[in-house]
Amino acid sequence: MLILECPYCGVKADETELSPGYEAHLKRFGPGASPEEFEAYMFARKNPKGVHFERWRHSYGCGKWFLAARCTATLEVFGTYSSQVSEPPADIIAKIQARRPGWQPDGKVTK
Amino acid sequence: MSDPVSALNGASFQGFASIREIGPIGMITLRAKGLKSLDKAIKSVTGTKTPAQRRIEVNGDRACGWMSPDEYLLILPYAGVADALAKLAKSLSGEHHLAVDVSDARAVFRIEGDKAADVLRKLFPVDFEVLEPGEMRRSRAAQVPAALWKQDQGFTLVCFRSVATYVMGLLTHSAQPGSEI
Repeated sequence: MLILECPYCGVKADETELSPGYEAHLKRFGPGASPEEFEAYMFARKNPKGVHFERWRHSYGCGKWFLAARCTATLEVFGTYSSQVSEPPADIIAKIQARRPGWQPDGKVTK
Repeated sequence: MSDPVSALNGASFQGFASIREIGPIGMITLRAKGLKSLDKAIKSVTGTKTPAQRRIEVNGDRACGWMSPDEYLLILPYAGVADALAKLAKSLSGEHHLAVDVSDARAVFRIEGDKAADVLRKLFPVDFEVLEPGEMRRSRAAQVPAALWKQDQGFTLVCFRSVATYVMGLLTHSAQPGSEI
């Protein structure tokens, strides 16, 4: 069971109280973008084994969207944060790096 | 004016805890955030302070609950809703807010008895050991959204009126004698 803490109401909500919103931090490519960019925006989704950023909605609670950083392999949750950001905040990145040494936000692992 | 009728006409059930549908109760949904007159407006309707995150402030038959960062639930006697809406409109005029009478869109239940929490434990994904008095918890009752809080040796549960029969069925089944946890 996945338990995420909603950053808006502080409830430790279990998965059944939430609705999934899939990958977070997508950058929109709309009118004026190249077909390749639009295709990537529309269809190409990361599907990592490991650290992943996701959107979730606290649908049976306060109804707000929030973002979560978790590991898709172990279901470990590194943290949840406000959805009003365009990239993961520094404290979340620090928490992930504390648990996954060498992990970098863009997915590159430096040794 | 016709008489208000609650969702289940005051249905009740006595199992290892007692279940009662109560109401009709006046309810106003107030959506507002960070307004300078908000505290005063809430106080004028319910006589309580503005609740902090996840709290409900109770004042006799009136209460104000925190529903989300920009939403409050005002509870008051059914007959007082029109006056309360007028008061809110006056004290919040010129500020961005939304206040709507939702009294007839909701059903309210009381679950009372020593083992009242056991009835709810089976239905909600909520840890009742850490639910504090005065804390309002929005969650789900089996398959439908519901909110509840501890009050006077029992729980008050609010759900949508359209699912009142379903929720009464859940509570009745969960409170069957012999099915204590």
